[in-house]
Amino acid sequence: MALIQQSVGAQSMTFKPARRKWPPELSIFLVLVGISLFFEVIGWVLNGQSFIFNIERLQIIILQMAVIGIIAVGVNLVIITSGIDLSSGSVVAVAAVVSASLAQVSDFPRAVFPTLTDLPVIWPIIAGVTAGFVIGLINGSLIAYTAIPPFIATLGTMVAARGFAKWFTGAMPVSMLTDNFAWIGSGANPVVIFLVLAAIFHVVLRYTRFGKFTYAIGANRQAAIVSGINVQRHLIWIYTIAGLLSGIAGTVTAARAISGQSGMGVMYELDAIAAVVIGGTSLAGGVGRVTGTVIGVLILGVMTSGFTFIRIDAFYQEMVKGVIIVAAVVADMYRQRKRRS
Amino acid sequence: MSATATIERAPAAVGAAPPLLEIEGVVKAFPGVVALDHVGFRLRAGTVHALMGENGAGKSTLMKIIAGIYVPDEGHLKVKGRPLVLHGPLDALNNGIAMIHQELNLMPFMTVAENIWIRREPLSRFGFVDHGELKRSTQALFDRLAIDIDPEAEVRSLSIANRQMVEIAKAVSFDSDVLIMDEPTSALTDKEVDHLFRIIRQLREQGKGIVYITHKMNELFEIADEVSVFRDGKYIATKPAGEVTRDEIIHMMVGREITQMFPKEVVPIGAVVLAVKDLAVNGIFSGVSFELRAGEILGLAGLVGSGRSNVAEALFGVVPATGGEIRIDGERVVVNSPAVAMGHGMAFLTEDRKDTGCFQLLDVLSNMDMAVLSQRYVKFGFVQRGALERDCEEMSRKLRVKTPGMNEIIQNLSGGNQQKVLIGRWLLTQPKVLILDEPTRGIDVGAKAEIHRLVTQLAGQGVAVLMISSEMPEVLGMSDRVMVMHEGRMTGIVDRKDADQVRIMELASH
Repeated sequence: MALIQQSVGAQSMTFKPARRKWPPELSIFLVLVGISLFFEVIGWVLNGQSFIFNIERLQIIILQMAVIGIIAVGVNLVIITSGIDLSSGSVVAVAAVVSASLAQVSDFPRAVFPTLTDLPVIWPIIAGVTAGFVIGLINGSLIAYTAIPPFIATLGTMVAARGFAKWFTGAMPVSMLTDNFAWIGSGANPVVIFLVLAAIFHVVLRYTRFGKFTYAIGANRQAAIVSGINVQRHLIWIYTIAGLLSGIAGTVTAARAISGQSGMGVMYELDAIAAVVIGGTSLAGGVGRVTGTVIGVLILGVMTSGFTFIRIDAFYQEMVKGVIIVAAVVADMYRQRKRRS
Repeated sequence: MSATATIERAPAAVGAAPPLLEIEGVVKAFPGVVALDHVGFRLRAGTVHALMGENGAGKSTLMKIIAGIYVPDEGHLKVKGRPLVLHGPLDALNNGIAMIHQELNLMPFMTVAENIWIRREPLSRFGFVDHGELKRSTQALFDRLAIDIDPEAEVRSLSIANRQMVEIAKAVSFDSDVLIMDEPTSALTDKEVDHLFRIIRQLREQGKGIVYITHKMNELFEIADEVSVFRDGKYIATKPAGEVTRDEIIHMMVGREITQMFPKEVVPIGAVVLAVKDLAVNGIFSGVSFELRAGEILGLAGLVGSGRSNVAEALFGVVPATGGEIRIDGERVVVNSPAVAMGHGMAFLTEDRKDTGCFQLLDVLSNMDMAVLSQRYVKFGFVQRGALERDCEEMSRKLRVKTPGMNEIIQNLSGGNQQKVLIGRWLLTQPKVLILDEPTRGIDVGAKAEIHRLVTQLAGQGVAVLMISSEMPEVLGMSDRVMVMHEGRMTGIVDRKDADQVRIMELASH
């Protein structure tokens, strides 16, 4: 007994004092503010006008990024489990052409399905979302049951899905869509869809068992298995959700463009991954929040818009974006190392 | 006193030549444990020197210091009388010290010859690798050692035993004076062991010094000239192999006093909760049968690699058993996943806190609640945070987890506190059968005593405990009965009153 008492005393000396904690999103939010201020200053110097206080520009930024944002919400889940999903952009294309093909008007002579025109808007939506669901399910099953790395599995579906979209349309745009379908992508609707989905998955990650298991699998897959979590089934769900969200993104894209094209969504997966990583989700898994991802999406949007605003060439934009993605990952690794030491 | 025996066998060492390798006053500490405490050791030319000791005695640490993998905190090392500080394994190699690793370090997709001469490839005039010469020198080496392996075979096509031979040939190819072998026979058949011993004798005749680590007594008497015994990080004694008996060595290995730090209480033993018959996992272990009663603590002893942890993993469905039967409360069950095991009231604290226990980046709360969430505290998919947090906080108070708060990241806690959190994870599931694999490894004495007290308490409440441990005092102090395993087989179950260290070491090293 004396031994126990003594040791408790000795141990208490090694206590680390409770550190004051900032919300983890604060630092990236400050980055967002910093970038905005940078463009604000440059804007006054070069253009003589405000960058931030321009409602029209703000709307464009948010609208442009809504589709990437919807994808990023799903990719965030995937990356928290320490996986990756490269198929998102191709899923956007498949969902866009599939949903558009069921949303064509009857007075268009070259419809994909001449007998299936003027359908109620629910059918193209179901079709687009289901396309994403199915591809996601394929990703998840491959990863869970064949144990091939997510990078390879989703690289395969990325190529195959793009091919499917081209075959489905004969590489021709699917156009002449109903007004009801086009409404989905009009006005602020894409933004509303993005924010609703972000809110839902924020709640899922923070308050549900599904969310807790997602973090557990990413933090230590082996420990998750030993803790009785059905890791395979869970991963299938994660990739299916990611596919489904990309399907929604594809449907919204087609509605906004009032056309479904097999070339839609190229490189969207990279923008989504970039937004997630910039938003503080660790590629090593186990860490990440939806709020961070939303800020990450906004950072990408502000940068794209800002470069255009100060009239920097699109080529430079891509180069700078590449640098920023790498910088975000380096910052992530630095954070990891600090945690380990 | 040991000198006479050695000199007779190894004329090369006659005279006042300094020992090949000399170590004095070496100290090496890791967080929470002193692995080596002022240890000395001498290796003479032309001898085979066996190192003996229980798991955790410090043999491996000493060897890694000799091989330049660890730098000692104190003390020094002399090679042929010359003081030396080794900077890494390469430096050790350059100073004539080669180590044959227990875990094999060959590159599977390269050929045998490429593996042996890696970084030292013979080059042609144009700076390319000279494959003809590579093959010839490998063949010459193999001829010298009477090894029959194709130098151009890819390593992955070789059996484990042959890979071991390649490792040995590689170590010999450096023409080192000191060769360190860490349980080299663990994967070899008797015939291959004979071959290895012929090679070792040949090397001895050439005046090399061989440090030979083993758990096998009979090998010791067959091949070693001298034996040094270590215990709890301390050097105990060095004796000529011809002048000691098996029993003397065992006594030197385990001869510590068991202090009364184990608060063993006599509790009423209840009905059989877990009955295991002929449990087996193909190629790993077989024929494990035992009964575990409510309130009983069954210790499971055996050397590392004896299959102890594999039994636990099979019971819990991590690696499902391929044979035998498991009964819980008399009912036969098939445990093919941890979820099923948990459904039957089992809990499993794994051996490796870092690899299979902690969610390192998550907080204390998440680390504690992850198992019980499959059973309770969830309504319509939502976690009932109020009740969950309250019960987790109460659990950490009961286990005296020292943490600034439930949302502290678990890696900021000490090893002992991490372990308590993980024990809390399983206690929340209110198990009938608690499997503990090395519950006190790598944690300080105080936390250790607390965990021992806790386990005893749990047994008092009627939990059936299966406790795997490498620490003999822990096994003897805590257990009602002790089951011993050796090389994938159960070699016996000993009652508390008959159990002592010598008896268990005998069963464990057969």
